[in-house]
Amino acid sequence: MPEAEHTTGGSGVGVVDQENLLILRGIAKSFGPVQALKRVDLDVPAAQVTALIGDNGAGKSVLVKTISGIYPPSAGQIFWKGREVHPHAPRDSSELGIATVYQDLALCDNLDIVQNMYLGREETRFAQLDEIKMELATKELLKDLAVSTVKSVRQLVGSLSGGQRQAIAVARAVMRDSEMVIMDEPTAALGVSQTAQVLELVRTLASRGIAVILISHNLNDVFKVADRIAVMHLGTLVSQGPIGNYDVASAVEMITTGASSRVPSSTHRDD
Amino acid sequence: MSTPLEAHSAEQVGDSAVSVSLLRQIRRLWQGDSGLGPILIGLLVLIIYFEVRTSVFLSAGNITNLFIQATIYILLGMAEIWLLLMGDIDLSIGYSAGIGGAVAVILTSTQHNWSWFTALPLGVLACVLISVAWGTIVIRLRLPSFIVTLAGQIGLLGVLLYLINSQGNTGGSLPVQEKVLYDLVNGNLSPLTTWVVIVVSVVLLGWLILRSDQRRRSAGLEAKPMWLSFAKVIALAVAGVLLAVIFNTNRSSFTYLNGMPFAIPIDLGVLAVGTFILTKTRAGRYIYAIGGNVEAARRAGINVNRYRLLAFVFSGFTTGIAGLLYVSRLNGISTGIEGGTYVLYAVAAGVIGGTSLFGGRGKMMHAVVGGLVIATIYNGMALINVSASGLYMVTALVLLAAVVMDAITRRSNASSTN
Repeated sequence: MPEAEHTTGGSGVGVVDQENLLILRGIAKSFGPVQALKRVDLDVPAAQVTALIGDNGAGKSVLVKTISGIYPPSAGQIFWKGREVHPHAPRDSSELGIATVYQDLALCDNLDIVQNMYLGREETRFAQLDEIKMELATKELLKDLAVSTVKSVRQLVGSLSGGQRQAIAVARAVMRDSEMVIMDEPTAALGVSQTAQVLELVRTLASRGIAVILISHNLNDVFKVADRIAVMHLGTLVSQGPIGNYDVASAVEMITTGASSRVPSSTHRDD
Repeated sequence: MSTPLEAHSAEQVGDSAVSVSLLRQIRRLWQGDSGLGPILIGLLVLIIYFEVRTSVFLSAGNITNLFIQATIYILLGMAEIWLLLMGDIDLSIGYSAGIGGAVAVILTSTQHNWSWFTALPLGVLACVLISVAWGTIVIRLRLPSFIVTLAGQIGLLGVLLYLINSQGNTGGSLPVQEKVLYDLVNGNLSPLTTWVVIVVSVVLLGWLILRSDQRRRSAGLEAKPMWLSFAKVIALAVAGVLLAVIFNTNRSSFTYLNGMPFAIPIDLGVLAVGTFILTKTRAGRYIYAIGGNVEAARRAGINVNRYRLLAFVFSGFTTGIAGLLYVSRLNGISTGIEGGTYVLYAVAAGVIGGTSLFGGRGKMMHAVVGGLVIATIYNGMALINVSASGLYMVTALVLLAAVVMDAITRRSNASSTN
């Protein structure tokens, strides 16, 4: 079994690592002849924002989808809290405590905020929906997350702005006791002030101890909120480390060429 | 010297703040979640118009008759709303209702002589099975319900003709020969029971409205202003008393005939159960969610197929009750039943009331208001001797107006940031 030895042994991290909530080792994914991911090693610590950056087609979305169980990996191991897991469906990952907020947000415009927050897991009392309990909890959570821009939690989600919708989608993920939230381009469609609100929310999540994986094209956003950066290029993870090791110029260089003259390239932890 | 002036202006500011909030309340009532404001005004205009044209319109006998006429539109409308909420439709419910009614008529006929308490539920069951069949095909084969039930409409007409003709040489129609089935529409509650039904309904509904407000307040949540809830309850009570007085007035010139027709508590019961399921249970919530964004519902872990099929079951059940009332009112079932037209009026009733054709928005109450509007047009135009051609054209205009309003509401909901 030289292959298995290589995947776990190479980094020296081993199976037990309390510091990192999620550890990927040697993750590969191919769609027929196309190799979308090639032996990706990624560490995601709790209570930190890890920005996953890379050009279109670099494999960011595929990587995230292997974590969330949509595409089970072709090879490699996923460790969650030091234990190897095999998410094969979105449900598996959400049971672990991994929530993914996709770009389309998956909200029902015709339902109000409370109804969306609890969709699929409504509180009931004598088989009837317990609206008051759900509304109180929603208000409480939005207050905790410092989402102050919505007027009423009984507003229809269809009437909310892009930033507010994003906030509701994130709040819903948090409410389901998620320990890790993956956000796919949360600010892509937003204006300046709404982007600021969402980034604020990302920081709030991290300060609550939640691990955040943030996919973004916008390096300004990344350098504002991220604690760590992971750069992908053509299906490989070319570099990862604390944000202090990078600046915008070196990040751009790595996104476009896969290497940088200033930052040592690495496929596993370099700190 | 400046003090009185200041006090005055402060008072003015307070006044205008109150009137602004009042205006906002009124606007919310108008376009708000019930969305019934415009159509109720429309109904009132129709009523005034017909009453001016002919004083018979608002007579006790005619109003009672109007409610009975509306029953079939209301019930079929409610059957359709279950599906419209998910963006589906069933074009076959007119003939499905006919089959349900025919089953009840045939089983209770002197030839078969089944008791009503097995025959009537079997009629309803027939409609449920038909809806389940359409639902299964639509869901399993991922076909548009429009096409499946269009085929169903034709097929069910065939089945209905077969059923009627299978009973020997009937001349194309079967009479109701059983008292309970006949009385569903033609029987009346006694005046005392009429009062009891109305008082109990009003008290129960009023209690529910006030209790829900009270609960929200005691939980520290914002509730609708107290005056609004009280106004609602008072309006309910006034409407209830008016209806009781109307129903209890003699409406026959030969004999003495009064009391609430059985059809009305049946309508109310179906309305109450449907509204309860839609607003208070998970099933209802999921039906709205599926209509709003089926992908979001699926990702939230909702078993979309199960709840879509459940909505078809509810729709079939309501269709069955409509079928029983249909044969009761016509005192039989004939091969001339206009099932296709009834479907259109059922959809129209829902849409006129404010239910969206695009899914996700609607209430059971919409079918009641829409059904009453359609019945009012029919009833009133017959009274002022408008020809059938005029009748069809006016009904078409009303339906068209409702669809246009639906589309406009949908667009403004999508674009407004409230």
